[in-house]
Amino acid sequence: MLNPNLKLNPKIFNEDVEQVPIRKGFGQGLLLAGEQDSNVVALCADLTESTQMIFFKEKFPERFIEIGVAEQNLVTIASGMAAMGKIPFCSSYAMFSPGRNWEQIRTTIAYNDRPVKIVGSHAGISVGPDGGTHQALEDIALMRVMPNMDVLSPCDAIEAKKMTLLLTNTGKPAYIRLVREKTPIITTEETPMQIGKAEIYWMPDVGLAQVGIIVTGGLFYRALLAAKELEVEGIKTKVMNLSSIKPIDVEAIVTLAKETKALVTVEEHQVAGGMGSVIAEVLVKNYPTPIEFIGVQDKFGQSGTPDELVEHYGMGKESIKEAVRKVLARKI
Amino acid sequence: MFLSDAKIKDLEIKANDIRESIIEMLLEAGSGHTAGPLGMADIFTLFYFLILKHDPKNPLWDERDRLVLSNGHICPVLYATMAHAGYFPIEELKTLRKFSTRLQGHPHREYMPWLENSSGPLGAGLSQAVGMALADRIDKKDKDRFIYCFMSDGEHDEGNSWEAIMLAGKNKLRNLIAVVDRNNIQIDGFTENTMPLEPLVDKWRAFNWHVIEVSGHDFRAINEAIEEAQAIYEKPTVIIAHTIPGKGVHEFERDYKWHGKPPNPEEAKMALNELRTLGGKIKSEHQ
Repeated sequence: MLNPNLKLNPKIFNEDVEQVPIRKGFGQGLLLAGEQDSNVVALCADLTESTQMIFFKEKFPERFIEIGVAEQNLVTIASGMAAMGKIPFCSSYAMFSPGRNWEQIRTTIAYNDRPVKIVGSHAGISVGPDGGTHQALEDIALMRVMPNMDVLSPCDAIEAKKMTLLLTNTGKPAYIRLVREKTPIITTEETPMQIGKAEIYWMPDVGLAQVGIIVTGGLFYRALLAAKELEVEGIKTKVMNLSSIKPIDVEAIVTLAKETKALVTVEEHQVAGGMGSVIAEVLVKNYPTPIEFIGVQDKFGQSGTPDELVEHYGMGKESIKEAVRKVLARKI
Repeated sequence: MFLSDAKIKDLEIKANDIRESIIEMLLEAGSGHTAGPLGMADIFTLFYFLILKHDPKNPLWDERDRLVLSNGHICPVLYATMAHAGYFPIEELKTLRKFSTRLQGHPHREYMPWLENSSGPLGAGLSQAVGMALADRIDKKDKDRFIYCFMSDGEHDEGNSWEAIMLAGKNKLRNLIAVVDRNNIQIDGFTENTMPLEPLVDKWRAFNWHVIEVSGHDFRAINEAIEEAQAIYEKPTVIIAHTIPGKGVHEFERDYKWHGKPPNPEEAKMALNELRTLGGKIKSEHQ
């Protein structure tokens, strides 16, 4: 059942569940952040509409900087603005930022410790028809190895909005990962959200869970559907929303591992170096637990519809269910 | 402001002291860059002792001018000038590149928070300065202070440099002044062999900058160039300063081999002797 304490979307399992692109939540959050704090500025590399900075640009044209197609300039200029007390959000596609400008982010934002917020939109395989060049599957790995950098990956548009507002006040660098496609609304405005805290969204009606499913980002709905169907099969699971990859909620992860003793991680990212790797690092040190990793297995993407690609690369509902059965069988 | 002969003499003596410090700190460190720091010593001296609105006793004073050093590898001259200007004790220069020093091999704000930026990887300083100038424009402070960026000629090879040059021209950033250390050398040799930059003046001009060329060792001329740059209202200005790499030590001058290595003890002794006697013109007063 859905965790009753978190005020999640009651219509989540309806056929006509509302669907909104996660990036849109960012756009709305940025507008609110701009209204709340006059130091918030926005920079974009020629993708103002598709990264949803357009709302901010229209309301605060004097605080919006059009950079052109120049991602290295995007983040380094943002660093300079942060040095003068601004809170810059800079957006592009994740493939280009942090894909192209990693060293500039490292030196001028993380090493410099400037509170720039890097917004990587169109992350993951679900970018779809644009093909492999535009499908960022490595960005979590790139950003989580950087000291000073927070790494966030919201599960829906409402969470993306809340995160954007929270990021305004952290006083430190952050990367936020967004996906392009519409995804079902999972949370509500009342659902609690804290950077560094993971929450259990799905749990057994009674008793302990046999497997824990830890999810980050846009695949969350698929994991929920898998959990619901597994319950019918008689497999009890808990599903955790791990939208804060760094800082990581060690306590919540270890607690889940101790209860279930078997985990599946789900992310639209290479399994190497991604969120699943973070979980493995945490558990090897604290409570070694068998894990199955749902994600892209050392391959580049290709053109196709989002659903076709998610299925092809083994990240769909059935793949998640299969991984749960597999890890259940591996349980010690 | 016209620089009197007496003021210029003062600046020359300061620059000479700073060059001595550079040689001493590089010898002690056993690694680091020699040519660039010596070549930029006059310009750093002029800025820290005349041009900059700053307060070494209150380094984070909010109204200060900002000086972004883009080519972080010449930081020995930055550290030496800051020490001589009173930011920290001159003895601390001997800690350059040593464990736990504030004087990291390339500048790092975490260790010395009153640096405007960390740098080392090339091509990213000007865009940080552009960001500062944009922020000042939003805050309507762009008439109150200047944002300076010191950059090398070699780092024009970096695409990021040109991205910044293009954007500053587009935005007509009047309070942004770049100073290019045009010393014609980079690690692999002369710039015009490694990656030709000429016609450099035309290139900057084509990107909508006001361009001034000047000798990087003529205090009066550099000062006039800065005054002209400050007076230009409708665009950013770049001062292309022709410097002699290794300036002040005859053996090191114009030789790209001195880009990235420190002097050994004999070379340092020779260099210090030359600096302390102003090239044999005066008798050395100290050892």
